Amino acid sequence: MSREEIQTGLAEILEEVAGVTPADATPEKSFTDDLDVDSLSMVEIATAVEDKFGVAIPDDELGNIKTVGDAITFIEKNQG
Amino acid sequence: MTHTIQLPTGARGARILGIGAYRPRRRVTNDELATMMETNDEWIQSRVGIAERRWASDDETLVEMAAAAGGKALAASGLAAEDVDLVILASASLQAPIPGIGPQVAYKLGIPRPGAFDLNAGCAGFCYALGVASDSIRTGSARNALVIGVERLTDVTDLADRSTAVIFADGAGAAVIGAADEPGIGPVVWGSDGDQHNAIEIAAGSATMTMAGQAVYRWATTKLTETLIQAMDRAGVGPADIDVFAPHQANLRIIESMTKRLGFPESTVVARDIVQSGNTSAASVPLALSALLESGEAKSGDLALVLGYGAGLTFAGQVLVLP
Repeated sequence: MSREEIQTGLAEILEEVAGVTPADATPEKSFTDDLDVDSLSMVEIATAVEDKFGVAIPDDELGNIKTVGDAITFIEKNQG
Repeated sequence: MTHTIQLPTGARGARILGIGAYRPRRRVTNDELATMMETNDEWIQSRVGIAERRWASDDETLVEMAAAAGGKALAASGLAAEDVDLVILASASLQAPIPGIGPQVAYKLGIPRPGAFDLNAGCAGFCYALGVASDSIRTGSARNALVIGVERLTDVTDLADRSTAVIFADGAGAAVIGAADEPGIGPVVWGSDGDQHNAIEIAAGSATMTMAGQAVYRWATTKLTETLIQAMDRAGVGPADIDVFAPHQANLRIIESMTKRLGFPESTVVARDIVQSGNTSAASVPLALSALLESGEAKSGDLALVLGYGAGLTFAGQVLVLP
């Protein structure tokens, strides 16, 4: 899956879980500072990402994912 | 020479005969917390769904609160203290672990020389204790049992740690269990995930509790749905039969997530005592049931699904008929 496809899929999750407008879910955006996603919503996003992309995001990795771009890179590297 | 060991007949089933609660006098709102630490009402409500909680004063000790809740449960059950022969006290916040306080609470209530002990299964303690009490009655080890969940979590909470200080609170809840021809307590479904032993802990040498909030939230919202489904399956009921859903009051968002996943009918009453009581660990399930019975939202004979989960990590759930 390309980065663009991952970004589209991630934007769908962000809209559903945290009410983020898809057009706002661009790589440079910080989840907490720009998109107002709190720590528990990050967990919900992580579990939705795991289901959708078939990747595992351990709890200790979750803290390193700060931006939409970080998430895209993580999914890109870990997809099967 | 071989001997045949005799066993008692026991009872066909067990049921809850009465529920009682004790809520500490002092009510602490989010606005009051905001004067003590860097937080505000909006932040707390959106993260955990708590509007206020009760904090115990010095005279509201674990023993006093446990005895108050236990006394109310006894009165509601219609039994005399002498009828009780087993007391199980669930708590995770004893400041001095020796001795356990179950025997002292029993003594204070005038229960003569019962089997009495403390049980620490974190926030799952009450549901673990309920399972042990029910099985003790069914096997004939006890006639009637008093099960109490009591906590003074403020004793083990760091008020400078806003991730836990806004959540944890104090209180006690209790239930009297007796024999029943028609079972009123379903099989307990319990288990543990000890690999996450440090997700909620008072680390060695520390006086206060820490919680890996994200890890616990993920565990609770993904792993425990199966436990709830098993608890219903093993009791032979389904989501459509559940009148009252009263999970441990850990976080309103976990409660809403579980409720959504299980697909109860609109008519199912969901316990949201956390809004007024915060997270009282082993006391939260009986406190929530007591609040619903007092308000009339739940009534005698209703079928309830309960679940405790927390430090260990541990979990236990069962189906109950409300007294």
